[in-house]
Amino acid sequence: MTRKSNLAIELENISKAFPGVLASDDVSLQFRYGEIHALLGENGAGKSTLISMLSGLLQPDRGQIFVNGEAVALHSPRESLDQGIGTVFQHVLLVPTLSVIENLMLGGGWRQRFDRAASLKRFEELSDLLAVAIGPDVAVGELSLGQQQQVEIMRALWRGEGVLILDEPTSMLTQQGVHELSQVMRRLRENRVALIFVTHKLREAYNLCDRISVLRLGRVVGSIAPERLLGMNEQETIDEVISMMFAREEGHDRDAEVLLASGSPKRRRTAADPSTPAVLSVSNVATTGRAGECPLRDINLDVHAGEVLGIAGIDGNGQKHLAEVIAGQRPVSSGMIRHNDIDITGQKVPARRRLGINYLTDERLGEGTVTTHSVATNLILKAIGEAPHWRWWLTRWGSIHAEARRIIRDHDIRTPSETTLIGRLSGGNIQKTLLARETSVGVNVAIFNKPTHGLDMQNTRFARDRIRDGAIRGIATIVISTELDELIELCDRIGVMYQGRLVGVIDNDEGAEKKIGLLMTGAATA
Amino acid sequence: MIRERENHTPLAEARDNIVGEGAMAAARIMLPILLALIVGGLILIALGKNPIEYYWYVIRRGLLSPTGFQATIVRMAPLLFIAAGLIVSFRAGIWNLGTDGQFLLAAAIVAALSPVLSPIMPIWLVFVVCFSVAAAVGAGWALIPAFLKANYGINEIITTLMMTFLGISFANVLIKIPFNDPSTTVPQTATLAVEDRLPRLFDTPVHIGVVLAVVAVIGVHVMMTRTSLGLKLQIVGANPRAAIHAGLKVPLLTYAAFCISGALAGLGGAVEILGVWGTMRADWNPAYGLLVVPLVFLARFHGIGSIAIVLFFAILMIGGESASRRLGVPQSYTLVLVALLLIFMALVEFLDHRWRRMKTS
Repeated sequence: MTRKSNLAIELENISKAFPGVLASDDVSLQFRYGEIHALLGENGAGKSTLISMLSGLLQPDRGQIFVNGEAVALHSPRESLDQGIGTVFQHVLLVPTLSVIENLMLGGGWRQRFDRAASLKRFEELSDLLAVAIGPDVAVGELSLGQQQQVEIMRALWRGEGVLILDEPTSMLTQQGVHELSQVMRRLRENRVALIFVTHKLREAYNLCDRISVLRLGRVVGSIAPERLLGMNEQETIDEVISMMFAREEGHDRDAEVLLASGSPKRRRTAADPSTPAVLSVSNVATTGRAGECPLRDINLDVHAGEVLGIAGIDGNGQKHLAEVIAGQRPVSSGMIRHNDIDITGQKVPARRRLGINYLTDERLGEGTVTTHSVATNLILKAIGEAPHWRWWLTRWGSIHAEARRIIRDHDIRTPSETTLIGRLSGGNIQKTLLARETSVGVNVAIFNKPTHGLDMQNTRFARDRIRDGAIRGIATIVISTELDELIELCDRIGVMYQGRLVGVIDNDEGAEKKIGLLMTGAATA
Repeated sequence: MIRERENHTPLAEARDNIVGEGAMAAARIMLPILLALIVGGLILIALGKNPIEYYWYVIRRGLLSPTGFQATIVRMAPLLFIAAGLIVSFRAGIWNLGTDGQFLLAAAIVAALSPVLSPIMPIWLVFVVCFSVAAAVGAGWALIPAFLKANYGINEIITTLMMTFLGISFANVLIKIPFNDPSTTVPQTATLAVEDRLPRLFDTPVHIGVVLAVVAVIGVHVMMTRTSLGLKLQIVGANPRAAIHAGLKVPLLTYAAFCISGALAGLGGAVEILGVWGTMRADWNPAYGLLVVPLVFLARFHGIGSIAIVLFFAILMIGGESASRRLGVPQSYTLVLVALLLIFMALVEFLDHRWRRMKTS
C-alpha cells in the first residue's frame, strides 16, 4: 500500500443521531499512521458510535469519512475491512470451537477455497509482527482471554496493516495481558499502523498513547497533540483530561476518583471484631471442574459480621468456583462450609438463601437475570413460591409489583415501570436491580463477584456504596474482583487466589498492593 | 445498546405489545390469517375453483348450520387438549413435538380399556379410570425425551419426533394384535356402547369432553401465569442458567413440563375415543398434534387466544370436509392453509421485528 501522506483516516463534521440523543455531534478528527491515538470519554460520550461508524456497523447522518485522502462510504464491516480498517471489540467475537487459523480464515469469501498454506504464511507474518507465539491449530476456546484478543488483532490486520481500532481492549485483561497488549501496540506503531485506542482509563492513555482526544456528549471537547503530550507529566495530563471530560461538574471529584482509581483511596479499616465467631467459615474445600475451569483446592477462609473480605487474583484462578460453592450453586468434592457454626455443606441455593447467604453473579445477563421478563419478576427470581408473594401456589402479582415499585424507588433504578422487561434497561440499572435483590433485608452473608465490571463511574460508585452500606449493616461480605484498587477501597482483608488455591490473606495496609501483586502472579506465597 | 436489544426474543416483544398496543397485537394475529386465506384463494383459482364459493360454503357448513357447528365444537375437544399441552411445554421452552404419539397411544389404550371396564363399574368410574390411564400413558410416552433432555441436554425436537413415530406404530401394533376385536373385518378395538360414552349436552352430539377441554386450556393458562410452578417453568424456558443460579430444580421442572404436556395430549386422545368414536381402528391418525402447533404460536401461547384460534380452525376443518365432498376441493387443502398460515406468521413476525428495529435505531 502506498501512502501519500501520513493521514490514515479523516473524519469531517460527522454527526449521528439516535432517537433523543445526538451520539456524534459535528465530530472532526484525524488519525495518523504510526501513531497511537487515544479516544477518551465517559460512557455515553459517543466513543462507541464513532467506532461503529469506522467499522461499518453504522453510517453517519452527515459528514464525510476520508481514508487515505479519498472520500469513502462504509456500509458494512466488510467494506471497512477492505479499506484496511480492522476493529477489535471489547468482547471476544471468535468461534471458540474452531482453531485459531480456522477463525482467521473465516473472513474469506464463501466461494473461495480455504487456502491453508497461504493463511499459515500470513499467520506467521502477523505472529512475527506482533511478536506473539500462539499455535495455529489450538482451539480458540482453550486460549486465555489475552491470547484470544491477540487472535482478534490478527484478524483485524488480516487483510493488511492499515488502521487498528481497539475498543476498551484492557477491560477484560489481566495485568500481564495489559502489559503484553501494550508491547503489541508499540510494535504495530513502529510498523506504521494507525492505532485508535478507546478507553476510559486515563493512566493507560497517558502511558501508551501519542495523542489524546476527549469526547463528551458526542462532541470532541479537546485534544492533546503529541508535542504537548511529551512535555507533560502524568498528573498534568490527567488533570487536563479530567477537566475536559467533566467540565467541572457537580460530583466531579468523586467521579475523578473512581476514574483514576485514585492513588490514595480511602482504605477501609475493620469495624468488625475478629474475636467473634465467624458468620461464614469455609474449611478445606475442594471442587472438581470441567475442562477449562479452575477447580478449588484446599480453601480455608472465615468471614465475620460486618467485615469485607476481598478476593484478588487473575481471572480464571478459581474465583467463580469459590463464589458458587459458597452460594450453594456448586457442590464441593471435599471440605466443609459452616454458617454460624452449622454445617451447610449439603444445602442448595434456596436453603442457603433462607439462611441469609446471597450471591451477586458476575454474569449479569448470562445467569443473573431473565432478560425477557419484567424487572419485578427478576427482583423475586430467587424467591419464587415463597411467602408473602405466594399464598398456597398462587402468585400475588399485586404484592410483587407493589414491592418492586418500592425497591425501584429506594434503589433509584431507572426504569419506565416495574413491568418493563429488564433486558431493556442499561447495564448500570440491571446491576442496581441485582444489588437490590442480593442485599435485601435478612441477608447476613453476601458474595459479590466483580460487582462493578463494565459499569460507568456513576454506577460503579453506587455499587461500591451499596456494598459498603451492607457491611456497615453487619453483612459478612466477600468481594471478588480483578481490580486491585476496588479491593483496596472496599476491603478489610484481601485474599489472593492462584491456581485454585487461596495463597494468602493479608490485611489491607500500606504496601498491600505489592504483596498482592506478588501473590497473584505466583511469585510469592504468604 | 445494540447488543442488549438483541437479547429480546420476538416472543417477549409480542408480550410487551399485547399489554401496550392492543391493536397492533390484533393485526399481528389477523394479518397472517388474512394473507393465508387470500393466497389459499389464489391456489383455489389455480385449481379452477371459485374461492368465494368455497369459503362461503365452509362458513355455512362449519359455522352457520346447526349440525355443522355442533361438529365444529366436537372437533375442538381434542385440539384444545393438545393446545393446552403445547402451551405448557412451549412456555417452558420445551418443544414437545411428540403430541401425536402421546395422543394416539392414549387413545388406543382407552379404546381397549373402556369396553372392558364399562360392564363391571359405574359409568363415572369408567371415565375417571380412563382419563387417569390416558394421562399416565401420555405422560409416560414423554418420559424418555424428558430423561434425555434433563440428564444429557439432548434436543427434544428430535427425540419427541422419534417417539411420536414409535408411538403411532406401537398404537397400530396394539390394535392389530392384542386389542383387536375378532368380530370385525377391519382391525379395530371392541366398541364402547353409545350409551356408555361421555354424556352429551342438550341432546346434541356435543359431549362434556369439550367443556373439560376448555377448562384444561384455561387451567393451564392460569397455571402458567398465576402460580409459582408456572413462573418457574417460564424461567427455565427463558434462561435455564438463570434458573440454576436461582436454585430452581431444573431437571425436575423439565420432567414436569414434559409430563404435563404429554398427559394433556393423552387426555385429548381419551375424549376423542370416549366422546366420539367409541372404538379405534388401526391406522387411524388424525395428526392433530402438528396441526395445533402453529395455532398455539399464532395465539402467542395465550389460553383464551388459543381457544379462539382453535375454534376458527375447527370451522375450517369441518367446513373443508364437507366442501371436499361437495365442491371437489381435496380435504388436505386445510393443511395447505395451515402451512400458508405458518409462512405468513413468520413473515409478519420478521417484518414487524425489522420495522421495530428501524424505529428504535
